[in-house]
Amino acid sequence: MHKSLLGRVATHSKSVWSRSNGQSAAVPATARYLEVKVNGDNAQVEINPLKAYKCEAPSTWVNTTRQEVVDSLRLMMLMRRMEISADLMYKSQLIKGFCHLYDGQEAVAIGMEMGCTKKDSIVTSYRDHGWQLSRGENPKRILAELTGRSGGCTKGKGGSMHMYLSANNFWGGNGIVGAQVPLGAGLAFAAKYKSNKGIARGVAPCSAVAFALYGDGAANQGQVFEAVNMAYLWKLPVIFVIENNQYAMGTSIARGASNAEFYTRYDPLPGLKVDGMDAFSVKAATAAARKHCMDGLGPFVLEMNTYRYHGHSMSDPGLTYRSRDEVSNVRKERDPIDKLKRITMQLGFLDEGAIKEMEKSVRAEVDEAVEFAKTSPEPALAEMYTEVFTHAQPYVRGTDGVYGQGYCSWAPHGTP
Amino acid sequence: RLVKCFVPSTCPAITFCRKMARYSSSSLRAMSTGQAELKKMNLVGAVNDGLRIAMETDAQAVVFGEDVGFGGVFRATAGLQEMFGKERVFNTPLCEQGIAGFAVGMAAMGATPIAEIQFADYIFPAFDQIVNEAAKYRYRSGGQFHVGGLTIRTPYGAVGHGGLYHSQSPEAYFAHTPGLVVVIPRSPAQAKGLLLASVRDPNPVIFLEPKALYRAAVEEVPTGDFTLPLRCAEVLQEGSDVTVVGYGAQLRVLQAACDRAKAELGASCELIDLRTILPWDAETVCASVSKTGRCVVSHEAPVTCGFGAEVSARVQESCFLKLEAPVRRVCGYDTPFPLSLEKAYLPGVDRCFAAIKETLEF
Repeated sequence: MHKSLLGRVATHSKSVWSRSNGQSAAVPATARYLEVKVNGDNAQVEINPLKAYKCEAPSTWVNTTRQEVVDSLRLMMLMRRMEISADLMYKSQLIKGFCHLYDGQEAVAIGMEMGCTKKDSIVTSYRDHGWQLSRGENPKRILAELTGRSGGCTKGKGGSMHMYLSANNFWGGNGIVGAQVPLGAGLAFAAKYKSNKGIARGVAPCSAVAFALYGDGAANQGQVFEAVNMAYLWKLPVIFVIENNQYAMGTSIARGASNAEFYTRYDPLPGLKVDGMDAFSVKAATAAARKHCMDGLGPFVLEMNTYRYHGHSMSDPGLTYRSRDEVSNVRKERDPIDKLKRITMQLGFLDEGAIKEMEKSVRAEVDEAVEFAKTSPEPALAEMYTEVFTHAQPYVRGTDGVYGQGYCSWAPHGTP
Repeated sequence: RLVKCFVPSTCPAITFCRKMARYSSSSLRAMSTGQAELKKMNLVGAVNDGLRIAMETDAQAVVFGEDVGFGGVFRATAGLQEMFGKERVFNTPLCEQGIAGFAVGMAAMGATPIAEIQFADYIFPAFDQIVNEAAKYRYRSGGQFHVGGLTIRTPYGAVGHGGLYHSQSPEAYFAHTPGLVVVIPRSPAQAKGLLLASVRDPNPVIFLEPKALYRAAVEEVPTGDFTLPLRCAEVLQEGSDVTVVGYGAQLRVLQAACDRAKAELGASCELIDLRTILPWDAETVCASVSKTGRCVVSHEAPVTCGFGAEVSARVQESCFLKLEAPVRRVCGYDTPFPLSLEKAYLPGVDRCFAAIKETLEF
């Protein structure tokens, strides 16, 4: 065990069994050989043991299938490519305002989706483009939302930080740091209430859970502790997922958190610390936490140890508080896509040629999405005052310039 | 530029305000102690300068907030940590309620905490501490304790691309809280003078800085130590046809609307900057409306229960028989602050000019 540059204990899960991508063959002394087992279309992937707090770590063998591996790899590549194209669009001023990119953290979204279902609720922070994609949205509508057009998933009204997909229980997309966490507790309450015909507090199984994701900065917000307290008392099926990317804007976890071992912070809740750059570790932890909640045993904590390549947002170069070497080291040694590629090839599910084809198709899909985002029309003026209350609101004060003397001349639905 | 403050003789601050209300360069120079120079500064630079002087002149002054150590996300605290050390300029974790509560505690002990809330949109977790603790400490303890040394600075207002959570103007929520002082500067020189006055005022002050003007507004600012009076509005230009009232970034818009009214309608507009929202200088505004008979108020915040509502209510109470037209409010609409439709939402020059025109033609 040794302290890496990132200030946490690193158990190198460096694979030595595949070097087809030409990476360095240097193997630290603490590296373990990680194995895979294949049986037709089913497979098992070995992961490094997870660190556990007040619970038992799950098995280091993770079940998967060919379909899951291939789909996950493509989704991860799509996510990366989409975020990179958002970066380019921002730099050419097609996207304005606030834009927080998820590249580097893809394994968290992909791994969690592998470990749960679309019936489980997910709520996250403003770094939500990847989640909107993994929950089932089309990249076209995501990029069009970033450019603020009517073809966007929130009709151009929300922007980067406010993406939602109610059909698949994705509750967004939140600008205010930490505000989504009590929301997640509430979502869990509702899920359990609905499963149990009105009884939601106390030990009772349920058929869906809620994941409340937040970052290492948000972990210092008061409302997080409030939500955890309530969840534990009432045994709510909520999983508190800390996406620890080591920096809260420019503040490292060492300077911002009194206890940087986030998975132990919410005693007596059980917690797991997960290598957030390895999709299968994330899957194992997610599945274990989910089972714990569905059995009605109460909330769980997952700390995803991950990294973002970009700065906090597009206005942050990301290099004033960390070195270029640190970023490129993570990219070289722990990149989630490289890792999943190697596993896929090791499993024999795809060869290099097929992966290159996949990359090409991903690139084409994202190029198409960028075109859509550029050409989708601006939102209509009526979007400014609709959906403030219900859609039947006939009149929003002020929009006609004369108050209380008549109805808005632009009022929708032909109101008088 | 000569300006006058129309204050009836009953106003206790009359002598002080009249003395302070002349803002020609020579007056500003006279006000600054020691140095007689002016320097071109933008608004954030003026705030930075004000903070520096506040800390130099008060050993109990400390500056803290999220990321203020390296200078802050807008560079308002740039260089302060190097100058005054980490004991007096330090970062807090991401916890607005904690920042505000901590500041209240420090102020209660007699220190001069200058807390920063990174964006006014984030001030709501701190709302309880500000409204229930800071504003009421003196009253509830019968004067035994107070948090007069407390100043909370926060950038507010539309910035072009802020969307729902980086553009809000929350001054009305705080104006509704007796016990607080709410101050909003319109320009760099005003920002520095009002900030120094706010820090030194023996009451808790919420100091809202128009972020859209941080770099866009540049002005000659006295380099020395000077303060501008709180609780005192300023008449920016005299006029006889209509009184136009605003504060902060909106004054630029209103000035343009008044200029257009002059050019196209030959109208003479009296433009007033409130500067302090709570307690606000109703005497100046009412005296002006008594003269002109018409009033237009404008702010970015939504119209319902925005500060314009308070101004309208008071003006019609005090100047009813003098009014020739209803008091008009030109404000943001009653919607959350929109993302890409910001231009349609904001009370721009066209809407302000239209309101002035309609008021004149009533």
